[in-house]
Amino acid sequence: MQMTTQTRPEVLSVLVLEDRIDAASAIQFKERMRDLTETAHPRVVLDLARVQFLDSSGLGAIVAVKKLLGPDRVMELSSLTPTVEKVFRLTRMDTIFTIHLSHEAAVSNVSLS
Amino acid sequence: MSRCPEPAPVRVQGPSGPTLIFTADPAAVRKALAELLAAPPVRALSPDDLGTVELVLAEVLNNVAEHAYAGGSGPVEVDLRATPAGLACCVADIGLGMPDGKLPAGQLPDIRPDALDDLPEGGFGWHLIRSLTADLTYARSAGQNRLSFVIPLTGKD
Repeated sequence: MQMTTQTRPEVLSVLVLEDRIDAASAIQFKERMRDLTETAHPRVVLDLARVQFLDSSGLGAIVAVKKLLGPDRVMELSSLTPTVEKVFRLTRMDTIFTIHLSHEAAVSNVSLS
Repeated sequence: MSRCPEPAPVRVQGPSGPTLIFTADPAAVRKALAELLAAPPVRALSPDDLGTVELVLAEVLNNVAEHAYAGGSGPVEVDLRATPAGLACCVADIGLGMPDGKLPAGQLPDIRPDALDDLPEGGFGWHLIRSLTADLTYARSAGQNRLSFVIPLTGKD
């Protein structure tokens, strides 16, 4: 599961470099996210611009990461592609996450560290 | 399941159209989806419909791998046909039957944004399937599960 990170003083951005988060990769995604978010950043922005496909296992893994971060850190999403957006909308998980249209919008007014 | 002789993906010409037979486990499901999406009658669909078809088939096939074959693997047969009502799908396996012989209701789990620990991490699959299909029918006979449904198409990009 290829991902890359970018840090700002308050924000950790994680860009997923895979085109799908599905039943075959959900556990790897969750484990990789657990490692990458072992920082103290209060905001984590998960950039899904490259992810063309997400199934219910992948959705469950994203929710699990939000829970791992605990109540004092916030997990936000950006750049949902159409099928990924459909999954969040149909399951109403779009009401649980702040979803930004683009990563730029998510981190605007936040300078790079 | 007389038409499931090989564990490896095999395309046969069934009486109703092209049929893909493969062994269900998460990696094989991913590969089978790619094959199904690249072949007629799915290949010609609009991007929106392609996404819907991939999502529904992924949920159905992963359920077969996870529940019917209980995390192991076994043969699955997928038959897809273009019809005026949409894409008609039939998925057959020889794994365990549905609990009580019925399909799950697919009710969305309770979601309360303020209750982080209680957020559901599963239970979305049947809700997605039911939201995106019509004429969903399940039958079990002679040790075989057969799920049939139609995916209405939008033609949207």
